[in-house]
Amino acid sequence: MTAPLTSLDRPNSYIGRSVPRPNAKRLLAGRGRYISDLKLPRMLHAAFLRSPHAHAKIVSIDVGAARALEGVHLVATGEDLAKICTPWTGTLDHFKGMTSAPQLPLPLDRVVWAGQAVVAVLAESRAIAEDALELIEVDYEDLPLVVDIDGAREAGGPVINPGSANNICFRSHLDSGAVDDAFAQAAHVVEEEFSFGRHTAVTLEPRAIVADYDPAAGALTVHHATQTPYQFQDLYSRHYGIPEARVRVIATDIGGSFGMKLHVYHEDMAVVGLSILLGRPVKYVADRIESFVSDIHARDHRVRARMALDAGGDILAVDVLDLTAIGAFSTYPRTSVVEGNQVIRLIGAPYRFRNYRATLEVIFQNKVQTSQYRAVGHPIACAVTERLVDMAASKLGLDPFAIRAQNVIADDAYPQTSPTGYRFEALSHQACLKRLHELMDYDGLRAEQAELRKRGVYRGIGIATFVEITNPSPAFYGVGGARISSQDGAILSLTPSGEVRCLISVTEQGQGTEAIIGQIVADQLGIAQDHVKVITGDTEVTPHGGATWACRGAGIGGETALQATRALKRNILEIAALILQEQPSALDIVDGEVVDAVTRNQRMPIAEIARIAYFRSDTLPPGTQAQLTVSHHFAPQGYPFAFTNGIQGCSLEVDVETGFIKVLKHFIVEDCGRVINPMLVDEQLRGGIVQGLGAALFEECRYSETGQLMNGSLADYLVPMPMEMPDIVIAHVETPTADTVLGAKGVGEAGTAAASACVLNAVNDALAPFDTTINSIPITPVKVLKALKRF
Amino acid sequence: MKARAFSYFRAATIDQALDAHARAGDDARFIAGGQSLVPALSLRLQAPRLLIDITHIDELRGVRREGGYLRIGALTRHCEMLSEPLIAEFAPLLHAAAPFVAHPAIRNRGTFGGSVALADPASEFPAMTLALDAEIEIAGPSGSRRVKADDFFLDLFETALQPGELITAVHVPLFKADQRFAFDELARRRGDYALVGCGMLATFKNDRVDDIRISFFSVGNTPTRVKGAEATLIGSSLDAERIAAAQAALEGDLAPPDSDEVPPAMRLHIARVLLGRLLGRLGEGA
Ligand SMILES: Cc1cc2nc3c(=O)[nH]c(=O)nc-3n(C[C@H](O)[C@H](O)[C@H](O)COP(=O)(O)OP(=O)(O)OC[C@H]3O[C@@H](n4cnc5c(N)ncnc54)[C@H](O)[C@@H]3O)c2cc1C
Repeated sequence: MTAPLTSLDRPNSYIGRSVPRPNAKRLLAGRGRYISDLKLPRMLHAAFLRSPHAHAKIVSIDVGAARALEGVHLVATGEDLAKICTPWTGTLDHFKGMTSAPQLPLPLDRVVWAGQAVVAVLAESRAIAEDALELIEVDYEDLPLVVDIDGAREAGGPVINPGSANNICFRSHLDSGAVDDAFAQAAHVVEEEFSFGRHTAVTLEPRAIVADYDPAAGALTVHHATQTPYQFQDLYSRHYGIPEARVRVIATDIGGSFGMKLHVYHEDMAVVGLSILLGRPVKYVADRIESFVSDIHARDHRVRARMALDAGGDILAVDVLDLTAIGAFSTYPRTSVVEGNQVIRLIGAPYRFRNYRATLEVIFQNKVQTSQYRAVGHPIACAVTERLVDMAASKLGLDPFAIRAQNVIADDAYPQTSPTGYRFEALSHQACLKRLHELMDYDGLRAEQAELRKRGVYRGIGIATFVEITNPSPAFYGVGGARISSQDGAILSLTPSGEVRCLISVTEQGQGTEAIIGQIVADQLGIAQDHVKVITGDTEVTPHGGATWACRGAGIGGETALQATRALKRNILEIAALILQEQPSALDIVDGEVVDAVTRNQRMPIAEIARIAYFRSDTLPPGTQAQLTVSHHFAPQGYPFAFTNGIQGCSLEVDVETGFIKVLKHFIVEDCGRVINPMLVDEQLRGGIVQGLGAALFEECRYSETGQLMNGSLADYLVPMPMEMPDIVIAHVETPTADTVLGAKGVGEAGTAAASACVLNAVNDALAPFDTTINSIPITPVKVLKALKRF
Repeated sequence: MKARAFSYFRAATIDQALDAHARAGDDARFIAGGQSLVPALSLRLQAPRLLIDITHIDELRGVRREGGYLRIGALTRHCEMLSEPLIAEFAPLLHAAAPFVAHPAIRNRGTFGGSVALADPASEFPAMTLALDAEIEIAGPSGSRRVKADDFFLDLFETALQPGELITAVHVPLFKADQRFAFDELARRRGDYALVGCGMLATFKNDRVDDIRISFFSVGNTPTRVKGAEATLIGSSLDAERIAAAQAALEGDLAPPDSDEVPPAMRLHIARVLLGRLLGRLGEGA
């Protein structure tokens, strides 16, 4: 499905062109300015003493020796910070009945996970602060632990939050009705229990913050490696009682975030408080060991699911129970239940069936919090759905492509509403399936697989269709009472030399947001992109907006930039029309020149208009006030989300003696609507797929029975590396959304959404001759060898 | 994390290094490539008062033939194992193992002597000194001595080195025309410490194994020679039956440690698989 051509499809348009990111050279040359590079006068360094216990009472804390150490300026405990910081609670109103205990920067009397920060030290260097940590004595008394899902649900077992009846944070139930009937009448039922390990983001740059409170001005400036400066401006203002206008959050260059850098972390809140207590700048950069025990983790689900089909292979119904464990608190301000909520709402999303029932139970445990991380909920929903579909296909003797082609919602059947209530504007499953079949040379791969099997080489082929949630409206957080914006704002100025400055609320973490905004502005105004300067990430300068999360930068930020630019262009042409004694509609701008709209003859450079407007306004007709700065806000309207879709394919080989898996090639056909910069879109897909492959094969936070993270370092926690990664082949189908002029949807999470499902299906395909299956992610050599009963 | 404060001394000679160590009591560490020591300092797993930098001691450098041995100076870096022609020719097993040791950035700094001194049971080179029947040259306050690799690795991170002693070189018997070698490892990612690794050196007479030394790493507290398996292979032409016998013998040779990610039975299983594959290659002329 391709929309009719518009002005955005001009052959020389910046939109749809792979222009390099303007900031890439600066960052590659080592000229980036990250929080770690920042040195402020009188700045102190924070370090945190962390709990060695997963659940314990704090009996006493002795900080005397630490305070006495030379170079130490402050040793602070939970009580010190509780005096100036109000507590926060990670619940939202639209998640009915959810609970979570109030949180403070540092605990008062109890630790609830191993690695939780307990005492803060401020010193002249990080090394001295760490010396002081060694001098602090904390006396703990162990409390009964909750470390796994079964333990947490045990009747009469330990309860994490005093005063609660159980360890349930949130329960949700969806039922479209008639599910039992559908299963009773089904010709075929497939059922499986799936498990998904915890993993974490592992950004190149860890969490980092410099808080700088100026008591004389009563003003707080926070330099913060965050995706969402406005959200933090609001939170620091409200929890520390500083008027919003006196809180400034600056998001500097950021080395990756993936959702990890949009949550409130106890250390970050503490650092702000510590700066207020001393009236000095305070820096804290999490080191890798700290990141593993304090950054949010993600996933950790156990899903039981079954699917009913008729004799011909039509899916009739799906029935799901998702249990997910989130740590001791729900994360603030976005909660830790969004992932589970999206799991149960996305299962089955590509398919036509109408009968759906799902229960979600979100459970507390004594581990670090989980929360939104790239592709929130999608990989779980996708793996469960797609594995069930493959199981059904093999039961019915259908090819994986055939059963999907038979069951996906037809491309010409939109709009559609899913049984879980999601409204789909227009998706392209059929087109994507067809394209993937060719792209991966499916028949060739199957022939090769059969040939190699005869020689004892076990190749597997897996595919996985997916739907991704992008461009969220206030339905996502706003309706639940969160002060998280779904709109964005932009301020555009024509400078006196005819260039453009664009201040916009979406932010840049390395994905190229600034590049695409620059492309859109240049394209819509008709100037060269290097005449556009895009400025992001400073609440004092850029207008309030949602910033960057959940795949919204291009779709919402991009539309904001487009409309703001069109407004600026109108204003420029108005002045041009006065000068040239024409109607504005008779003029256009091309390559920085005002031209005749019809003949394209050059009339005057826009730099000349700027010069006249700024320096010789006396030559303009009386009463003219040139408006060469415009501001514009855009909030998504129409569909609550812009859903995207696609399909991935994977070819891999399983060494059935060692259990090792080699991914040979990965494929994706993706539909994110209008592609603004194909290179950036492709690299978003590749990066997302690599993170998905990491989850599928390598990444897992492994815990001991006492709630200790066993592999919390980069030596033991395996992130995917280039040598193990396959080539990734990409193709696109473009179905722009009609809700915006730009027509762009999100693309940042599509790769991650389905990569692990694809691998799961491919591994099971490879193991088919052995009459065994694996339904647990990550798929490690030990799981493969166990499935094969090799030891 | 940041290391605790320490003093630093750059030694110009072996004597200076030994002397500095003696004067600091036990509270000193030699630093060579720093690729294991620096992380340990940063994590505050070690916090010596004094670091003695040995990387400017010329006597610890260089690779040369000495009689029937190749003398490999302790400061020979992992990357030189790949680039040095004498090593490729006379100690090809080390050359074959080198690409599996960490990543280029670490190989540019990490040293052979440091790796052997640390004796990480998951490291490639210490295990290969066993397969090669190498001798470790040690300098200490009471003079210099040579210890056979067989007698060097005592327990987890414990070797025949006494506190304050320095490895000056490793002597490897020159590779001969009637010898064959094989090396491989099973690591989750290239450059990681292996789940199991193995190197072997065999001398053939009339296409039959006359002598063979097989050494495993990542299988226990020390690099481990599998003498039971070796014995089953003497006199064999590495036919399938003898290879199976050697694989079976591993059960007596190895006692893999407990681990949730690689249970002992699994480690034994993949050690057998690896041994079978390597012996197969050796039989084909490796
Ligand atoms: C990310 C990473 C991955 C790695 N992967 C691997 C791998 O796959 N395989 C592997 O084998 N290694 C690996 N290593 C370790 C690396 O090979 C080290 O270089 C090596 O173990 C130690 O050598 P070094 O020269 O760096 O020693 P240093 O770190 O300087 O010292 C290590 C220890 O040896 C002592 N020492 C050093 N030289 C001498 C000497 N001449 N005499 C007596 N004592 C001495 C020091 O006092 C110290 O106790 C890895 C390291 C890193 C950081």
